[in-house]
Amino acid sequence: MAEDIKKIMFTVRKPPHGTIYVYEGLEVKLIMAAYDADISVVFMDDGVFAVKKGQDTKALGIKGFEATYGALVDYEITKVFVDRQSMEERGMTEEDLLVIGEDEDTEEPIKPQVVDSDEIAAMMAEQHNILAF
Amino acid sequence: MLHTVNKSPFQNTSLESCVRFSRPGDVILLIEDGVLAAQAGSAKTPLLEEALQKCQVLALSADLKARALTDLVPGVQITDYNGFVDLVEQNTTHSWL
Repeated sequence: MAEDIKKIMFTVRKPPHGTIYVYEGLEVKLIMAAYDADISVVFMDDGVFAVKKGQDTKALGIKGFEATYGALVDYEITKVFVDRQSMEERGMTEEDLLVIGEDEDTEEPIKPQVVDSDEIAAMMAEQHNILAF
Repeated sequence: MLHTVNKSPFQNTSLESCVRFSRPGDVILLIEDGVLAAQAGSAKTPLLEEALQKCQVLALSADLKARALTDLVPGVQITDYNGFVDLVEQNTTHSWL
């Protein structure tokens, strides 16, 4: 029943690779995707670096997660947002964002949606739970 | 909405982001190093005053006492652990870590 479905938001505010937060957050998202929950993900502050395309972690000796982010849509996580101000403050544009999947019909790549802080604040207010990473 | 901030505003932009993403009527609770924002007359007082214009701002008494913070930005209210629990029970919470 629709009214029983929990709205759960993940906020990602830490930069990738320096700590394990972003990676762990991604693991939790994929686990939660297995449940009947209305999941959304918002990248803000340094978290926007986690969705920058072209991350090459080979020399760090770690697997990296750009490929996993590329499968978010396959896990039915489609509500993926980036805070415009955080992105612009860090010299990034929409062009820099990685792909989170492709459209089933058109095979067009799907990217996170860039939104303003008031839209994010309104979405936050609707959630049952918000998990911060 | 309840927003908790546990980082010093002098070292981290958590409070700044919290203020930017909070809406009128939300509650901001300063805990741990977050209470340093409540010190009156600091470089971060204007930021806290901006928060106070739209939100209720609370600071956790145990953390204030531990840091000898007694001269607080006017408008900041003090709460204790029981108050903290009540707020979490009543609101969706976002932790600005």
